[in-house]
Amino acid sequence: MTIAEPPIRVEDAPHNAVRVEDVQLDITLEQLKKLVSPRALTGETMLLNMGPQHPSTHGVLRLLLELDGETIVSCIPDIGYLHTGIEKTAEGKTYLKAIPLTDRTDYLAPMSNNLAFCGAVEKLVGIDVPIRAQYLRVILMELTRMNSHLVWLGTHALDIGAMSMFLYCMREREMILDIYEAVSGARMMSSYIRPGGLWRDVPAHFPQLVQRVLDVFPRRILEYEKLLKENPLWKERTVGIGKISAQDAIAWGMTGPCLRGSGVNYDVRKAQPYSSYDHFEFSVPVGSNGDVYDRYKCRMEEFNQSLKIIKQAMDRLPPGPVMTDDRKVAPPPKHEIAYSMESLIHHFKLWTEGFRAPEGEVYFAVESGKGEYGVLLSGDGSPKPRRVHFRAPSFHNLQPLGEISKGALLADIVAIIGSIDIVLGDVDR
Amino acid sequence: MDHPLSELLKSALGDAISQVTLFRDEVTLHTSRERILDVLTHLRDVQQFDMLTDETCVDYYPREPRFGILYQLYSIPRNLRVRVKVMLSEYDASLPSAVPVYRNANWLEREIYDLFGIHFEGHPDLRRILLPPDYPGHPLRKEVPIAVEENAFSFNRARIDAAKPYATE
Repeated sequence: MTIAEPPIRVEDAPHNAVRVEDVQLDITLEQLKKLVSPRALTGETMLLNMGPQHPSTHGVLRLLLELDGETIVSCIPDIGYLHTGIEKTAEGKTYLKAIPLTDRTDYLAPMSNNLAFCGAVEKLVGIDVPIRAQYLRVILMELTRMNSHLVWLGTHALDIGAMSMFLYCMREREMILDIYEAVSGARMMSSYIRPGGLWRDVPAHFPQLVQRVLDVFPRRILEYEKLLKENPLWKERTVGIGKISAQDAIAWGMTGPCLRGSGVNYDVRKAQPYSSYDHFEFSVPVGSNGDVYDRYKCRMEEFNQSLKIIKQAMDRLPPGPVMTDDRKVAPPPKHEIAYSMESLIHHFKLWTEGFRAPEGEVYFAVESGKGEYGVLLSGDGSPKPRRVHFRAPSFHNLQPLGEISKGALLADIVAIIGSIDIVLGDVDR
Repeated sequence: MDHPLSELLKSALGDAISQVTLFRDEVTLHTSRERILDVLTHLRDVQQFDMLTDETCVDYYPREPRFGILYQLYSIPRNLRVRVKVMLSEYDASLPSAVPVYRNANWLEREIYDLFGIHFEGHPDLRRILLPPDYPGHPLRKEVPIAVEENAFSFNRARIDAAKPYATE
């Protein structure tokens, strides 16, 4: 016997439930008028929508531009087109199951996000990570930084008109994605770093794959620099464009190459080392002018520094486990489950219920390719977080765009967006 | 307390800070919404906490006061982090905006307003930032369920017709 659903009247149907006259807007026209100058209301200046489908906004960023001729009077970024509620979704998942969500915030640097989240969980629960896992994390972190910078360089150059750079950068990025695939099985959404260590040890051919990067990259970076660094067209589009002073950059909460391009030497890897970054020798490139060109130079030098760190970590990579032996947070190895009842119970409890984290808040930050990627984690004693907040570097670096681009030409805004290196998944989360 | 920030307790802010907690080597200063701007201004100007790293809200639902606003500050010259926390009641969820002290609080507070419905007094541009302006409610509050899916597929002819009036012949 089947039970028929009761018929529904048209006005009760879910798709018709919201009628136009019922919609409550919590915004008034006066509020919106305040955003532009009075000249825009009289039609003296032009309002132009750029995006959300404009290719040079690097995703779904919408800019409302007020133009006086070709000069930007004001620029109002409008975000939220890629909001997927990752923070809310993470509240309903155990700490382990929330990791795949972090891949999807800054999807060009998934490993950095994994590490930031896992680092926060490790800090909250109090987990020690084996030294081999820490070194492998450093290698992967630096590869991720190169991955992120390659996409930045390719798209940034493409926006300004250097088409071939994009093809070269994507070609080199393949080598890094191959390493991702070898270690985690996925080319982009890796979820490889887990609380307590890594999902599994790296495969046997991992050193060869990394060696290939170490061999090939130095001369590729020289090639990129030969194409751009002293190129008069490139310099004309970037030198002196999109300037931001050191004080302003700090006040706006900018981090990463955007802050260092303005001459502030702040790098989380140096200031508050995590994952044994203090074992390695490297320098932090710092610019001076705070313009698009200096941000470019900072990132290009970071390629060389990343290679330096990877080389040191590969040379000194210690043997040993890659996962903590605390069975309350790390699953037991497969062979143990076969004979140990206790391991079986641990395994079952970990995959069904998850591990519990104490009540309290922690903040853990890593230096991702784009800046300080922080995770504010609030535990409530249960296996699920009470609140996860991602301190997304793109969100903070994008905020002063209106300020930076004031008075610039319309064509320059493309260069400025490229140089602050945003990923909309990171901005909107 | 031998943490480098213990001097904060002895400083002029003594009476504005109701409690200092240390958890996993992180210092949290608890203050009230009446004194939050004094505390932030002091931390920025005297204690050199020049960067507002993050500002967010946590919903401690069954408890009252329910909302905690967290300000995560960082000092580049001193290389220190500190967190300031203000608890807010569900029935009076508003506090002064931090934009006059830290410029980048602008979008962060818009995000908190959008997702938690907390009102920031004196904010220059308090609009929704991530969600559309006609979105009902504030989804990161605990009373909002994590996922509700409408039944997208049904064999019920009446339901299909109701949802798509044009589908009837």
